[in-house]
Amino acid sequence: MRGVARTRWVAGAAVVLLALAACGGGASGSSGGRVLSSSWGDPQNPLEPSNTNEVQGGKVLDMIFRGLKRYDPKTGKAENMLAERIDTTDSRHFTITVKNGWKFSNGEPVTARSFVDAWNYGASLRNNQKNAYFFGYIQGYDKVHPETGTQTADTLSGLKVTGPRTFTVTLGQKFSTFPDTLGYAAFAPLPRTFFTHHSAWLDKPVGNGPYTIESYTKGSQMTLRRWAGYPGPDKARNDGVTLVVYTDNNTAYTDVLAGNLDLVDDIPASQLKNVRTDLGGRYINTPAGILQTLAFPFYDPKWNTSGAKKVRTGLSMAINREQITRTIFRGTRTPATDWTSPVLGTDGGYKPGLCGRACAYDPAAARKLVQEGGGIPGGRLSITYNADTGSHKQWVDAVCNSINNALGNDRVCVGNPVGTFADFRNQIGRHKMTGPFRAGWQMDYPLIQNFLQPLYYTGASSNDGKWSNRQFDHLVDRANAESDKNRAIRLFQQAEGVVRDNMAAIPLWYQNGSAGYTDRLHDVALNPFSVPVYDEIRVG
Amino acid sequence: MGRYVARRLLQMIPVFFGATLLIFLMVNVMGDPIAGLCGERACDTATAAQLRRQFGLDQPLWQQYTTYMGNVFTGDFGSAFNGQPVTQLMASAFPVTIRLTVVAILFEIVIGIALGVVSGLRRGRPVDTSVLVLTLVVISVPTFVTGLLLQLLLGVQWAWIKPSVSPEASFGELIVPGLVLASVSLAYVTRLTRTSLAENQRSDYLRTAVAKGLPRRRIVVRHLLRNSLIPVVTFIGTDIGALMGGAIVTERIFNIHGVGYQLYQGILRQNTQTVVGFVTVLVLVFLVANLLVDLLYAVLDPRIRYA
Repeated sequence: MRGVARTRWVAGAAVVLLALAACGGGASGSSGGRVLSSSWGDPQNPLEPSNTNEVQGGKVLDMIFRGLKRYDPKTGKAENMLAERIDTTDSRHFTITVKNGWKFSNGEPVTARSFVDAWNYGASLRNNQKNAYFFGYIQGYDKVHPETGTQTADTLSGLKVTGPRTFTVTLGQKFSTFPDTLGYAAFAPLPRTFFTHHSAWLDKPVGNGPYTIESYTKGSQMTLRRWAGYPGPDKARNDGVTLVVYTDNNTAYTDVLAGNLDLVDDIPASQLKNVRTDLGGRYINTPAGILQTLAFPFYDPKWNTSGAKKVRTGLSMAINREQITRTIFRGTRTPATDWTSPVLGTDGGYKPGLCGRACAYDPAAARKLVQEGGGIPGGRLSITYNADTGSHKQWVDAVCNSINNALGNDRVCVGNPVGTFADFRNQIGRHKMTGPFRAGWQMDYPLIQNFLQPLYYTGASSNDGKWSNRQFDHLVDRANAESDKNRAIRLFQQAEGVVRDNMAAIPLWYQNGSAGYTDRLHDVALNPFSVPVYDEIRVG
Repeated sequence: MGRYVARRLLQMIPVFFGATLLIFLMVNVMGDPIAGLCGERACDTATAAQLRRQFGLDQPLWQQYTTYMGNVFTGDFGSAFNGQPVTQLMASAFPVTIRLTVVAILFEIVIGIALGVVSGLRRGRPVDTSVLVLTLVVISVPTFVTGLLLQLLLGVQWAWIKPSVSPEASFGELIVPGLVLASVSLAYVTRLTRTSLAENQRSDYLRTAVAKGLPRRRIVVRHLLRNSLIPVVTFIGTDIGALMGGAIVTERIFNIHGVGYQLYQGILRQNTQTVVGFVTVLVLVFLVANLLVDLLYAVLDPRIRYA
């Protein structure tokens, strides 16, 4: 029976190894003080404020920086943070006074210059900053960031330091809600060491927020500690946060179930059906400023006719949003009835029902409209999307099914997957779309302007379909010049009406942010950008 | 022997250039990576042009390749889009994956060969049958199923291990992922050892050894096992490369920040320099492992000579 004895030995060895495995490790996150661990993704770009345009890098910036304004984590309203006063008489010339007593965590005081230098850095073409266009409203932008050729100035002529804590901003045109955009991370102040010791700063960024970075291992982990000397009102209520990079948020979710990780934001779609039984009340699902739409290639003449307008409206009415959000997204999306987001609030410009009948599921009317419009251009509808992230395949297939059923033809609509996000963006950028394509918009700041101008204004940065409408542009210009907030919002809503009447893009659903956490944590919430409000979380 | 090694090393040169060129072309076919850097909006033309210049993407493909190869020979593998040099990524990723591979290979050798010997010596007995059935099950279940199942059972249900591996990735934490990674190969090693053993048991030299009255232990270890291990060694040798490059699934499940993770990230972001750099090193590992296997033959079987 030697063989049996040996197999028994092997089994014994395996158990010992497993026991060893259980003892090993143990260094990660959850141990030690009132520190919490949270899931993270590797930021795609260097962690400079004006170079970070995705949520993962934004998460860190939100912890280590505070700007002139901050968006209230609950209401999304822009409130003064470092700004003492922002004065203007004509919506074009602004005088900004920085509050006294603010410091960077290395002890350097935050002055007017900290802002002006940071903004000049962000706008300058030579620094390759991907958020540079945020400074495009400021006068002199075309000199420091020309579309072609080399820059002829180093600094924005519209920025002037007038005192240790005051500076003036001159815009190229009237923009009444400009102060409310200043809560965006790109407008954060920067300490001198950012400029003098740039690569050291990138290895371990220094800011003025409630947390400081203790260590940063690129691509795998960042440990942040509460900054005891933080002068702001929103001091951290825990001792720190450890951000752990996960390649797959399914693993992060499993880790939360096992108590190996405290907080996972963005619950994977495949787990949504179990999340309530797995986590009970420790699952949150709150509206975020994200709208999913289907955009159209208006550079393709077939889609730019008056008949095609009817076809687009018909397609919108052929999509059963209610059913798709319920079965595929399990309530983490809400059918869209306008082109903004509920996080704006009705006094911020969100107007449920603005889309009206055009967004209500009505297969008979849909078929009629598509027929009246001369049928689908080319006879076939292929919806292009990137297949590498999100669960885009599922919903695109569902949308196609819905359209096929409504039009009574099984072969009208098909999904057209593109392998990577980069390639998808590349094809869009080269205007190679022949049919509708997935367009997701995550707001930069909670203003109705941000949901309309960048997407539908002629030549705007995210107007991927090259839609152009003089009436819309005119209304947006008027709204931006309007100094009364309510009147401005009404003008933006009129512009939104133009988008609806032409069905420039089909609104699909408002996206929620979701998160799950262990019972060690209390007061967990997501802000309107679907980022956890770390400073409010209590541990233990 | 020396000339044989030299010839093999020389053969690596064209393989190396061919492999890098192919991968370089493949990543480039996917298109312009800059468009993916600006989120759901178009990069402004000036910045995009400047980024292209910085990463050398504005040059014709052949020139990009020659520049890249020139840099590689000076030890510069370029940088990822977040500004990290690829050599730095390699320095953090390869030790982790090597540790994982070592664990996996150890499992293959220890458990795989042991099970193979046990069942090979007891052909037709219940032990043999159960090992055969067991290996069949392991081979037919895909790695991600085994991985997710073990993770859920050991990590969440019974809480014996942590479901994911910390960034330090010590040997202790890598035991379960290593077992998962090794599982399929392990089953093959078992079956290969068993068959090879069964075949050699009928050979002349073994009958001679038994007739000489050698002790059973010596017959099995010195005569039977040594000769039977040649195909197994080949398999394990080539498996080293496969394990290192093929760990993407296991690394994703257990959140191990190794080569598979970096490659996945590089492909998603279409970063030629990351992908080509990592694959080049993997190709070299593969070639060297193959050479070592061939040299091991001579050690195991004195009849094999290299001139």
